[in-house]
Amino acid sequence: MTRHKDQIIRAYGDTLNDGKIQLSFTLPVNPDEKGREAARQLLRQMGLDDIDVCGVRDLTGGFTQFIAYAVCPASVDLSKIKVKIVETRVMSLEETDAFIQKHLGRKLTVIGACIESDAHTVGIDAIMNMKGYNHRYGLERYHGFNAINLGAQVPSEDLLHRARLEGADAILVSQVVTQKNIHIKNLTRLIELAESEGLRDKMLFICGGPRLNHELAIELGYDAGFGTGTYATDVASYIAITLADRLSK
Amino acid sequence: MLTLTLQPDLIQRARQAARAIVGSFDWLFAEYSSVTIERSILRLMGIDGADSEGKPYPNIIVDQLKAQNALGRGASFWMGNAMLALNKSAQQVAELVADEALQLTKLPIQPQKHIWNTLSILADDGLQRIKAQRDKRDDLMKQYGPRRIPAIYVIVATGNIHEDVIQAQAAARQGADIIAVIRSTAQSLLDYVPYGATTEGFGGTYATQENFRIMRSALDEVSAELNRYISLTNYASGLCMPEIAVMGALERLDLMLNDAMYGILFRDINPRRTLLDQYFSRLVNAYADIEIQTGEDNYLTTSDAVEKAYTVTASQLINEQFALRSGVRPERMGLGHAFEINPELENCFSYELAHALLTRQLFPESPVKYMPPTKFASGNVFHTYLLDGMFNFIGQLTGQGVQLLGMMTEAIHTPHLADRSLAIENARYVFSAVKDLSRELKLEPGGFVNQRANQVLSEAVFFLEQVAEEGLFVAMARGEFAEIKRPEQGGKGLEGVFAKETGYLNPFLDKLTEKLART
Repeated sequence: MTRHKDQIIRAYGDTLNDGKIQLSFTLPVNPDEKGREAARQLLRQMGLDDIDVCGVRDLTGGFTQFIAYAVCPASVDLSKIKVKIVETRVMSLEETDAFIQKHLGRKLTVIGACIESDAHTVGIDAIMNMKGYNHRYGLERYHGFNAINLGAQVPSEDLLHRARLEGADAILVSQVVTQKNIHIKNLTRLIELAESEGLRDKMLFICGGPRLNHELAIELGYDAGFGTGTYATDVASYIAITLADRLSK
Repeated sequence: MLTLTLQPDLIQRARQAARAIVGSFDWLFAEYSSVTIERSILRLMGIDGADSEGKPYPNIIVDQLKAQNALGRGASFWMGNAMLALNKSAQQVAELVADEALQLTKLPIQPQKHIWNTLSILADDGLQRIKAQRDKRDDLMKQYGPRRIPAIYVIVATGNIHEDVIQAQAAARQGADIIAVIRSTAQSLLDYVPYGATTEGFGGTYATQENFRIMRSALDEVSAELNRYISLTNYASGLCMPEIAVMGALERLDLMLNDAMYGILFRDINPRRTLLDQYFSRLVNAYADIEIQTGEDNYLTTSDAVEKAYTVTASQLINEQFALRSGVRPERMGLGHAFEINPELENCFSYELAHALLTRQLFPESPVKYMPPTKFASGNVFHTYLLDGMFNFIGQLTGQGVQLLGMMTEAIHTPHLADRSLAIENARYVFSAVKDLSRELKLEPGGFVNQRANQVLSEAVFFLEQVAEEGLFVAMARGEFAEIKRPEQGGKGLEGVFAKETGYLNPFLDKLTEKLART
């Protein structure tokens, strides 16, 4: 539900289109009047009005954090926004199992891994492990999936090798660490290898992680991408429905 | 005073089972060694350097011996022999090997007794260097006074050691007591330690001896400025666990993450390799008087924190026994646990209180390490900041030894300068606000918290007794820890484990065990 008459909107504090935003940032300055003025000028250059630098925190060593409220004159036209999202409907575990049984008639093999340097399995575990996350069971719990979780720091070569061996229907890649865009490099490497090995079109390539979304995934050459707030049900439904669609075409 | 009423027979049974589990590995510690243990001995000999491709001298030497099928007698034997035969120092011998100008196994074998004497002097020198750092720490601690309880522990993780220095010094000035320099995410699976100062890495930068030196010197500087000893910690884990322990001992790190089983369960490193390496690395840490910390928090990030709370207790008790086996004093065992229960669970705070008190009371002499919420930290930094406040509340209320501060941006990025400062402000406020509150409180004897703590303890006893019966390796292979199956012959690094042959020499190991047995 949206609370605006037309499609042009601004930030909201307590009155429609008042443009109020909050900011916090750090400058390499001392916590004095000069520093505060530096913060104000920075905000002014961002095009903000009614600037109130309300909090000044000394971080020591010549660094200061500023907390500020300001009015942002920028506006956005909602009618012009197009977002790429995963559009398949989300089914429960039971529905997905029944769907796979009915439309595909066999178990789907899904291979998951945190690839290359990434050692953080929280994401892939949440989607794949029996246990799942927040009361949503992982793919291992589904009758319709043969779920293989390779764990952390899996070289792209090993993942693809295993996928070929198992005749995988989908590859699930998790990337949690994003410093210096390492996740982009890792994901790109996997997809390039898959292409050179002729595997790219033989299975679904899906990536997930806190700094990933569907749009970025498409851009990187993946079939789908899932970000924060994704559960196994989202991924399972997407795989089942997409593969069934492909089969029927 | 907030105290649990724990059933004493349960505590006794738990310890007994843990002792039985750990006691069954004497064969491994006595009869085997690993490539990284041998490399750490070479480092203790003072061998320093890397070739033009960055391969460290200790790796070059051990690889040469391995290729000649000669590692069974130990790197010490061949080094001592070469030093005598060529009348050169350990470093000079290492340089010849690195230049491919020397095959250690091709030299004439010198009399065993002379080799031993040469090595004995080297070992005494190496251990003396560690002792000098231990004495220096003792002196500084005396001068500056003891660490606060709970100590404030924060991480720096810019990926560049020089930037890390700026962040670490700022954190110390803001109130931090312990600085952890996060390692690059891929380091645990490297079978060598990178060389020199490093300015790159992902999620952190590499643990190298030079980086240790740079950070220690920066923290000494800020300690003097603040008149407070700022401790330094890193991670003796992964395939180079003992080498990193040696580097830390030589460069006066004060704490080390050094878990007995973490590598097996969470990095898929071979079980034999890990247990062997942890044994030697903990001997080094014990001799250096470095506070070890364990990684039980990891059980709760992969499994449900209520359902699997007993795995934390069980692992703590196993870690304790392995540490005792290496001569680590209880006062230097930072056994780990974490605040990871789903915040939507009603009374989650009572559960956390029960778990935190249980750890505190099972290990009364130990500076237990309390880890912050991470699993339920989200992009909503405001909510995470509140969770961290509740976590700090329990930390002070239950007198945790080390509070590893949560960052409100935990789920977003490695901490910015301001994130860390806000975390410290949060902790200092809460710690001070409830400083002596615990003295005023009592727990209902048959109440929820007491019942819950006893339940976790009895689940741990049941589990430990079962593991003691079937053996640790069998239990791991069946996936009974952290719901991950780890077979004894599986995982990375088994090829680096070898049986000691007749004539195996390692005076460093002999002297370490002798000195630790004496104290």
